[in-house]
This record gives sequence, structure tokens and C-alpha cells, in this order.
Amino acid sequence: MKPTDISVPDYFHKVVDCQWACPAHTPVPEYIRLIAAGRYSDAYMINWESNVFPGILGRTCDRPCEPACRRGRVEKDPVAICRLKRVAADFKDDIRGRLPKPVKTKNGKRIALVGGGPASLAVARDLAPMGYECVVFDQDPKSGGMMRTQIPKFRLPETVIDEECDYILNLGIEFIGGRRIDSMKALLKENYDAIFVGCGAPRGRDLDIPGREEAKKNIHIGIDWLSSVSFGHIDKIGKRVIVLGGGNTAMDCCRSSRRLGGEDVKVVVRSGFEEMKASPWEKEDALHEDIPIFNFLVPKEFTHENGRLTGVVFEKVKAEYDAKGRRKLVPTGEADEHFPCDDVLVAVGQENAFPWIERDCGIEFDKWDMPKVDPTTMASTHPKVFFGGDAAFGPKNIIWAVAHGRDAAISIDLLCRGEDIGVRPPPQVKVASQKMGIHEWSYDNEIALDKRYRVPHRDKVVALRDIKAEVELGYDVELALKEAERCLNCDVQTVFTGQLCIECDACVDICPMDCITFTQNGDEADLRTRLQAPAKNHTQDLYIGNDLKTGRVMVKDEDVCLHCGLCAERCPTGAWDMQKYLIDMTHAEQACQQRTQSAA
Amino acid sequence: MTYVVKPKFHHPELPKNKLGYTHRDYEGAVSTLCAGCGHDSITASIIEACFELSIEPHRVAKISGIGCSSKTPTYFLGNSHGFNSVHGRMPSVLTGANLANRDLIYLGVSGDGDSASIGFGQFAHCMRRGVNMVYIVENNGVYGLTKGQFSATADRGSKSKRGVVNSDNAIDMVGIALQIGASFVARSFSGDKKQLTPLIKAAIEHQGAAFIDVISPCVAFNNHAGSTKSFDYVREHNEAVNFLDVITGRAPIHVDYAPGTVEMVEQHDGTILALRKLNAEYDVHDRQAAMSFLHHHAAKGQIVTGLLYVEQDPQDLHQHLNTVEAPLNTLGEKELCPGSAALEKINAALR
Ligand SMILES: Cc1cc2nc3c(=O)[nH]c(=O)nc-3n(C[C@H](O)[C@H](O)[C@H](O)COP(=O)(O)OP(=O)(O)OC[C@H]3O[C@@H](n4cnc5c(N)ncnc54)[C@H](O)[C@@H]3O)c2cc1C
Ligand SMILES: Cc1ncc(C[n+]2csc(CCOP(=O)(O)OP(=O)(O)O)c2C)c(N)n1
Ligand code: SF4
Ligand code: SF4
Ligand code: SF4
Ligand SMILES: [Mg+2]
Repeated sequence: MKPTDISVPDYFHKVVDCQWACPAHTPVPEYIRLIAAGRYSDAYMINWESNVFPGILGRTCDRPCEPACRRGRVEKDPVAICRLKRVAADFKDDIRGRLPKPVKTKNGKRIALVGGGPASLAVARDLAPMGYECVVFDQDPKSGGMMRTQIPKFRLPETVIDEECDYILNLGIEFIGGRRIDSMKALLKENYDAIFVGCGAPRGRDLDIPGREEAKKNIHIGIDWLSSVSFGHIDKIGKRVIVLGGGNTAMDCCRSSRRLGGEDVKVVVRSGFEEMKASPWEKEDALHEDIPIFNFLVPKEFTHENGRLTGVVFEKVKAEYDAKGRRKLVPTGEADEHFPCDDVLVAVGQENAFPWIERDCGIEFDKWDMPKVDPTTMASTHPKVFFGGDAAFGPKNIIWAVAHGRDAAISIDLLCRGEDIGVRPPPQVKVASQKMGIHEWSYDNEIALDKRYRVPHRDKVVALRDIKAEVELGYDVELALKEAERCLNCDVQTVFTGQLCIECDACVDICPMDCITFTQNGDEADLRTRLQAPAKNHTQDLYIGNDLKTGRVMVKDEDVCLHCGLCAERCPTGAWDMQKYLIDMTHAEQACQQRTQSAA
Repeated sequence: MTYVVKPKFHHPELPKNKLGYTHRDYEGAVSTLCAGCGHDSITASIIEACFELSIEPHRVAKISGIGCSSKTPTYFLGNSHGFNSVHGRMPSVLTGANLANRDLIYLGVSGDGDSASIGFGQFAHCMRRGVNMVYIVENNGVYGLTKGQFSATADRGSKSKRGVVNSDNAIDMVGIALQIGASFVARSFSGDKKQLTPLIKAAIEHQGAAFIDVISPCVAFNNHAGSTKSFDYVREHNEAVNFLDVITGRAPIHVDYAPGTVEMVEQHDGTILALRKLNAEYDVHDRQAAMSFLHHHAAKGQIVTGLLYVEQDPQDLHQHLNTVEAPLNTLGEKELCPGSAALEKINAALR
């Protein structure tokens, strides 16, 4: 294998598994260290700079970082990255003074943003401080999009949404609530310099089976019902409720039902429990609230009497796999089952809908009736129109909406400057050795063996009485500190300098994880079998160091390195060093600065 | 010296031996030696050897003298018996322990100062008596612990860190071991675990006096230009005669070596040593030839490594003395007091 070129920013970025997995590339270990140091405001700002909604995300993020977290490969559970984010938000001081100030002199460019959800707000957060005049339109009276209208308040309190949306709106953004955009053509005529479409995926899928029409009074579309609950239009439901669907919307529906009078609430899903789309922790929370989940049942018919829903008939199925491993649900042949109920919530999927975008306005749509969007620039086929969030590639989540928004902001800025939106500046990397003394590092390299700490919950009886009572109470300072210690500091990288190495094997001998091998070079497949411990995780790189006197190479399997620094402590010559790699993703403002610097 | 505790976490794919242990289970306390010390690599090799042989740690007695090398038993096999004795006295303490209980595996760990200077006599007598043990000398040519004075194995003409030339002749412990009758003699290098680990395994399986001289650079006092025990010097002058694979009775023997290059040496306990010969002429069963081979190459400035001599059917001290097989602490009054009639008989024989 070729020696590893560690100057390529991606190499060490990938080693920071959580940051690499985060769509917004939040520097996770950096903020966790700040929490451990009690510097909550600093930890909050690191988050705010990259993901814009730390308090919201710290409660609701889909947390793609956690399945990626290295700790999960070393022991059972990853670091509670998401809930530590909430800690930063909960314990910070007033940080308003540290936010960008509204600019007095605008740059004369006007940007229209359709929808006031996280995607649009992320765009505005980047462009407003640069002097752009941002106008956000939303059909709802308040900003926040589905964060406000869909996510139940027992998961995300209104105060948190208000606070973090206001941080952005206070940057001098014009928010026009209660105004639905009905025509793209008309909007294009208003001569904005660019338009960002962040209108989400607003339509809940229906279930067209017998009885649907007759019993419609007691059959509700999940996301419509949730927004009515959120707006206070609905405040009760029948005693016996069936929720159809296995995603996160279904989980929010069943848990909300339990708080609005539902006593016997069931979730019924076509697939098996493991394949359900809902996150494991949401299923866990539902089960904890005495909501049973029934699997392998396909709804066949709504039963009704005198225009009133009486229940649902289900066909029993089982999973069968064909030669290609594809799953098919086939009837088991057993008798159908009837579940009596008073209300049904249909949460079987969410769709995009762009009735207000005329198909001849210059924006091309594909065969699924989705706009054609470039995943890097977020540009549509109309030079001035960009998409992001759920509107771009179908329903995802908040953190993706933020990431899209920030990428779109870079494009819009480039566009308004008359530059090529395809030329994207690379991320900024800061490197610093962490060595303070012979065995002293400026980070805590001791590895805590603690298992993941549970976040305390509100007492169930109390929680179920009030739909606005937040269930999770968040870590207290003591728990937060202990959980923070579990982080392995994956951004403090092991950096190898072959010229200094005397091949004494000290690092090989001390490494608790058998990461390091000195051996003859070979191709990757071969090398992976010849290491101290087999390197079977192909998603993790091998770090190849050369310049050794014996002509061998140093091979480090990055997979389960603890970043404990023992290799560097043990190295007599400093051939190993622990260096912090801080990778800052480029956002519109930095991109602009980089350009002015290189031009100068 | 390290301040943080070595984390308990280990690689999820670590192989386990027959006892269900990983090699991490054979570790001891974290080393307090200088970073990069050759002795730590020997420690790692001992750990690997015991792991691969599926040795139960409580069946091992590790005994040492004084020196950085003699400190190392603390760093491996944390669950074994241990005795850190006085300077140069490992052999007599070990001999005593071995006489009292022959059921344990005896691992004597010593340094070149410990064994070639103050303990030279002890070393010699222990080897000539054929104590069933593994005698490892971690040989760095200096007294590391007392800050790098030349030891008796330092080569004449080699230079100290400060540039002083050694004018005394060197003791070659391998030569002495061969001469006084050790039944297994080997030399290796701490920087070459592929060669060293199988040698330690073979020595453990060998039921007699097994001696291994391991050149082990002292990074603090003897790893400079002018030293003949530095990493660079040993790598440049290493003349390996063979490499070993140890095949224990239980594992099936699969021979995939080119014919003529490998010699299978069956040990008394059924273990097979597969010797991959690098030097076709070298015969590991010829003590005299081994000695002259060593002299010949030493004169050329080469360091001969590998398995240098092995006796297939060694005798040990217990056989020489016809001692009782059971460990002494298991003998009860019945075995120890044969009764007055037996005493009468003995007395009568002495009259
Ligand atoms: C029940 C439920 C629970 C969820 N829970 C989570 C969670 O816990 N964590 C998570 O990360 N994600 C969750 N999501 C997904 C998340 O809410 C969305 O992915 C995210 O809000 C998408 O952001 P967005 O900015 O693209 O659009 P949205 O948040 O959908 O915002 C779009 C906004 O545009 C407005 N709008 C639409 N069309 C027009 C128009 N023509 N004119 C004016 N305004 C318009 C809408 O009213 C809305 O306010 C959940 C979704 C649902 C349905
Ligand atoms: C009776 C006695 N004499 C002298 C010493 C001082 N002393 C301690 S270690 C040592 C030499 C150790 O050298 P070596 O066995 O080569 O071990 P190394 O430190 O090089 O591994 C000496 C002379 C002592 N501890 N006890
Ligand atoms: S241990 Fe810490 S730095 Fe490493 S992946 Fe997990 S959260 Fe990120
Ligand atoms: S930091 Fe070094 S010693 Fe620690 S696990 Fe990683 S490679 Fe091994
Ligand atoms: S002084 Fe030499 S022998 Fe002793 S620990 Fe340090 S390097 Fe090893
Ligand atoms: Mg010594």
C-alpha cells in the first residue's frame, strides 16, 4: 500500500467517526471535552457554529453519529453524544452576546426562502450576517417548521424552539408568517437574487382500504393530527386507539394519544419489530408508556357501525426472503384478527408535494415528481432556485435539513458573486500537538470504563398527565461529566513519523487494542490478514507509515484505537505524537474569507 | 514510565487460547522501564508464548534477580508465582523452589549484569546441574538500572555512551551454557519477536536446563553508535541460523515447507520443533560444532541467533538426585515418617 497522506483533510476526519457521520460535521469530541471542563457556553457555541440548533437537536436529533461512534465498537454502547449536546444547551450562560450581530449595511442582494423550517433557517443564519437581505415565508404563523408543528412538546418544549429560532431571526431576517406561497412563477417575478425552497414534505400517506370513507370521522392522518395537536385544535382522543405504522411519526402519535385520553393504545406494524423505521430509543419509550407493538399484521379493513369506527381487521403475515435476500411479506394463512378501537391514526409514510411550483417555470422534476437537485450544491435546474431539507430528497431529519441549508448558502453566495457554484472551498484544518511533558497531554487520555449513563426521565404518571411535560429531564452535571469521560477523543490523532522510528516495538507492545504492526508491505487485502489483530472492518482505514530503516512499514488499523496516547508515551524518539485535528467545515462566510485571502 | 493505567478494553477480534484467555490475560502491571527498552519486547514475547501454549498462569513461577531486566516479571503473568530475589541469586532461589515442587514451570529472568557479573557462578552451577527451567538473560551489555556501566558481556572495543572504549574481554553466555551442559541453548533479539517467541515456547516445553540469551538494547545507555548492542548494530550483524515453529502435540502437524529446508525435532513431551534452516550446514544436535560455529562467526563480528543446540532427551536435576516426584508440601506424616522399624534399618546400615 502507498504511505498514507495525512495532509488530506478527509483522512483524519474519517477517524473522528462521529464527526464524519454527522451531516453537519459537528466537532463532537471538541465539545464533549469542553463539557467535561465545565465550559458549557463554549461547548454550545461549537455546536451552534456547525449545527445551528444545539438545544433542539440535543433532544431530537436522529443522531447518525452514535451508531458510528468508535466506543460502540469497543464496548456495547456509544457515547451519548446527542444528550451531551443538550447538556451544553441546558447549562450554558446567556450566549446572545457571542452570536453574530445584524449587519447595518446590507450587500443589496435579496433572497427569498419558502418555508420557515430548519433548512431555510440554516440558509438565513449564514447569509444574513454577510449582508444578504433574507425574507422567509411560511404558511404557519411561527417559524420552526415541523420542529414546531410535528414534534410533540413532551419531546421538545416550545421554549427551546423559540429560543433557537429567535437567535436566527434576530440576525435581521424578515419572517413573514401566515403567508403561503402559491406560485413559483409569481415569486420568480419578484426579482429575488436567489430563491431557496425549504417547504418540507408536508403530506401524510393515506390508507385506502374498505371502510376508510365510512369511518373517516375517527380515522386521522398522523402528521395532520399531530400538527392539530400542536396548534391546540385537538386535545382529546378515544380511549382505545390503534396507530398504524412503524416509524417515528407512529411513535409520536401513540405517545401523544396516551396523553390525550388514550388508555388502550396499540401500535400495529406490517413488518417485524427489528425492521421498524422508528429509532430504537423511540420504540423503547413507547413500550415504557405501556404501548404494545404488534408486528406482522397488515391492515385489511376498517370495521364500522352507523358511521362510527369499531375496529380494524388485520391479515397475519410472515417474512420470506428470496434468493437475493429481499424480504417479502406473505400471508401465514391463519385467520384474520380484529382489533376493536375508537380511533385510528394512520402513520404509514410522508410524501413531498409541490402543487405551487408550476412545472414549466424552469425547474425540472424527475419521474417520481421530485425536483432534480444537485446533492453538493443543492441547486435545481433553475439557476436561481435551490432546494434543501425534506423538500430536496424526501423526508429526512433536522440535521440533514441544516446541512443542506448550509451547503445551499455557500452556493447562493457564490451565485450572487458571479462565481462558479461547483468550486467549493475545502474544510479548514487546525493541527496541534497535545504533548505537554513526558507523559502529560493537554487532553485526558485516561480511558473511563464506565457503561453508558441513562438520561433521567420524569415519573411516568406525571408525564402522561400533561402533553407539554418534557419526559426526558436531561443529564445533571454529575452524570454529564461521567458520560463525557466516556468519549475517546478520536480527534486527537496518532501521527507517525517514520524517520524518527527505531523499530523498538514499544508501541506495538503497549497498545491495548493491538492496532499497530511493523511488517513487510503488501496490498491492502493481504495486509489486513497479517496484522497483530485481524482488520476485518473495511470501513476503517489502515494508516501506512514508511521511511523505516528495515524497509518494513508501520501499519495502524484505525478501527478500534482508543486514542489513549500510550503508543506516544512509550515511544522513545517521539515517532508517535498525539495531535489534535480540528476540522472546520466550510460555511458561506469562511468560504468568502478564504477567497479574499487567496486573492490578496 | 507511564501514568495512565493500560485500559482493560481489548480488540474485539482477539483470538482466545484453549483456556478461553486472550493474550491480554497474560499481562502484568504496566512496565515502569524506559520507553523503548528492549526488555519490554521480551516481556511481550513471554506473554505471547504463554498465551499460545495455553499455560495456566498459576502453574508458572517467575523468579528474577536485580536489574531493569529482573524487574520485568512484574510486567507479565500477573497471576503467577513470583520471587524477585537478590542480585545474581535467581539461580539458587529457583533451584530451591524447583526441588521443592517440580510441578511448576520455572521461568528465570535475569540480566547480563545479574548473570555474567555478580551471579556468574550461580548461572554456571544451575546450568551444569540441569535444573529444569527457562533461563532468560536480557542482555544489553550494561548495568541499565545503575546507569549504564559496562557489564561483563560488553564487547571489547565497544564504546560507552560517553565514548569510553571497553578494554575487557566479553563473556559469551551462550558459549558458557554450551560448554557446561545446558540441554537447550538459543540466542535471539528483542527486536525480532517472530524468532524469539517460538524459542521461548520451545524452551518452556523443553524438560531440562534451557538457556536463551536475548540481546535487548538499552535505549537509555547503550543504543548509540559504537555500541554493539544497539538496535542498528544487532540488525546489521544478525546471523540467524534458523527460525522455529513450535507444534504442540495437540495441534495437527501440517508441513508446507520446501523439502530439505526444515528439520522436525521431536521433544521428549511430544512437542515438535519445526526448524526452518537458514544455514543448511548448521546442526542443532552437535554441541562441539555449535561452539566452533559461534567462535568462527564471533570473530567475524557476527551475532549468531536462532536455536543453537538442543538435546532430545535431556536429564534434569531431579533425575540425577532421584528425588520424590510429589511436591514437598503435599507430603504428609505417613510419607515423611516411615516408622521406627525403618529407622532401625537405616541406623543398622550405618553401624
Ligand atoms: C411526527 C414527526 C416527528 C419528527 N421527529 C423528528 C425528530 O425527532 N428528529 C428529527 O431530526 N426530525 C424529526 N422529524 C423530521 C423533521 O421534522 C423534518 O425532517 C424537518 O423539520 C425538515 O425540515 P425542513 O426545513 O426541510 O422542512 P419543514 O420543517 O417541514 O418546514 C417546512 C415549512 O414550510 C412551510 N411551507 C410548506 N409549503 C409552503 C408554502 N408553499 N408556502 C409557505 N410555507 C410553506 C411549512 O408550513 C413548514 O413550516 C419528524 C417529522 C415528523 C413528521
Ligand atoms: C549485591 C548488589 N550489588 C550491586 C547492586 C547494584 N546493582 C543493581 S542492578 C545492577 C546491575 C544490573 O545489571 P543487569 O543485570 O544487566 O540488568 P539491566 O538493568 O541492565 O537490565 C547492580 C550492579 C545491587 N543491587 N546489589
Ligand atoms: S468516542 Fe467520542 S470522539 Fe470517538 S466517535 Fe465516540 S463521541 Fe466521537
Ligand atoms: S492511541 Fe496508540 S496505544 Fe492507544 S489504542 Fe491508539 S494506537 Fe493503541
Ligand atoms: S535503563 Fe536501559 S535497561 Fe533499564 S529500563 Fe531504561 S532502557 Fe531499559
Ligand atoms: Mg544489563
